[in-house]
Amino acid sequence: MSNSTKLVPTPGQTVGPFYGYALPYDKDRELLAPGSPGSIRLQGTVYDGAGHAIPDAILEIWQPDSEGNIVHRTGSLVRDGYTFTGFGRSAVGNSGVYTFTTVNPGPTEPGAAAFISVAIFARGLMNRLFTRIYLPENEEALANDPLLSSLDPERRRTLIARRDADGGLTWDIRLQGEGETVFLDFEGTGTGGAAK
Amino acid sequence: MPEDVNLATYNADALTEDLSDAVPATPAAAPAEKPRVETQQDLSAEIKALGDAYARALKDGAAPETQPRLDFPPYRSSLLRHPTKSLHHADPETIELYSPAFGHQDVHALESDLTIQHNGEPQGERIIVAGRVLDGDGRPVAGQLVEIWQANSSGRYIHKRDQHPAPLDPNFTGVGRCITGPDGSYRFTTIKPGAYPWKNHLNAWRPAHIHFSLFGTEFTQRIVTQMYFPGDQLFPLDPIYQSIVDQDARDRLVATYDHDLTQPEWALGYNWDIILTGSKRTWTENEALGAEGDDHE
Ligand SMILES: [Fe+2]
Repeated sequence: MSNSTKLVPTPGQTVGPFYGYALPYDKDRELLAPGSPGSIRLQGTVYDGAGHAIPDAILEIWQPDSEGNIVHRTGSLVRDGYTFTGFGRSAVGNSGVYTFTTVNPGPTEPGAAAFISVAIFARGLMNRLFTRIYLPENEEALANDPLLSSLDPERRRTLIARRDADGGLTWDIRLQGEGETVFLDFEGTGTGGAAK
Repeated sequence: MPEDVNLATYNADALTEDLSDAVPATPAAAPAEKPRVETQQDLSAEIKALGDAYARALKDGAAPETQPRLDFPPYRSSLLRHPTKSLHHADPETIELYSPAFGHQDVHALESDLTIQHNGEPQGERIIVAGRVLDGDGRPVAGQLVEIWQANSSGRYIHKRDQHPAPLDPNFTGVGRCITGPDGSYRFTTIKPGAYPWKNHLNAWRPAHIHFSLFGTEFTQRIVTQMYFPGDQLFPLDPIYQSIVDQDARDRLVATYDHDLTQPEWALGYNWDIILTGSKRTWTENEALGAEGDDHE
């Protein structure tokens, strides 16, 4: 494929207001059965530029297992209750809150900072946004992380979850304005729709 | 927050039910003058100004834009929902270089036919929508999930927030899924969706479209988009379609009528190929041969 011409990607479009009967599915947010050993709750709120929680966003997470293995197992849409597939989807409720039951991701390489990959879709959001949720604990790994160390401290904070008293994680998304979440461009061409 | 955001318009994208539990009312103390109703003319003028500015930029040597603008004011709901900071460049790492795997355990073959989900035939024009999912290097995306959803033939969604006074169709839900073949191919049988009104501005109508959700071989290729039908007169009027300011890029969302796909005395055929971004991973030989998806299970 080395000599093939690069094709231009198809543009994205907003997920719109009516995904609610199409994208959610049974146990979509349960990467593990709630209450099973090692399971944690991951939750947060999606806010707009006015600081209001928005009721029409949907999140996807994709993560390694607790050992840091990237699993390649089918069964995310029809969960058997035992297989960890690493993928989950959660539409926010009327109060803008999403919830997942999952595990703490392990580092995929020794010493690496562990994180969960996230894609966000919303009515009013023209294209999906990518970001990451880092676990808060391993300070040294966080300090050495290539992405985090390329950010100033104020912005870096937006990517690190809070550890809850019950062992769960809380991580909010701010689409715009003060404390705006860092969103990622993996293409490096600047055509991903940066603010104009 | 931008001062001039008209919250009534911002929140009224769909023909919605009351969202008052989610959206605080505007302070009663502010006797704000009633905002003037925005017409299609107003919106078209805004869209044209942005298009003209883009044309000038192109002429001055700017690179063509290939994606929608996140900040596109004519789509009022985007005003408070677009990041104001540039997206931060990152090299995808580990998990991001792989994708969730879906297989025939996840999706039944019959889910690709949206016309057989009920006891009777849905109303409207039966169509076949088929094409291929490729990555930016032209490689087929095999064994991956494609999800679609759409309005029925009269432009109505089965969604509690859709208040368009057009008939629901008891024989049409408007949701389908399939897993791509080894060559990246997908195929749906459905009904041509109708155009529908929304509340972005007075007399705003969305061109007929099917929502598509796609996964690649890497999570960074994830995309949700909309497929349109050729020759729609609503294209120039629609802020969502026009948020892609480049004509060539916009055209990539429009299917092609394909008479070879059309089935005699049965259904009209539309072809639409979807290109994801290029792969960032060094592929093993097995992967290059298409060993993704079901084979892992
Ligand atoms: Fe739609």
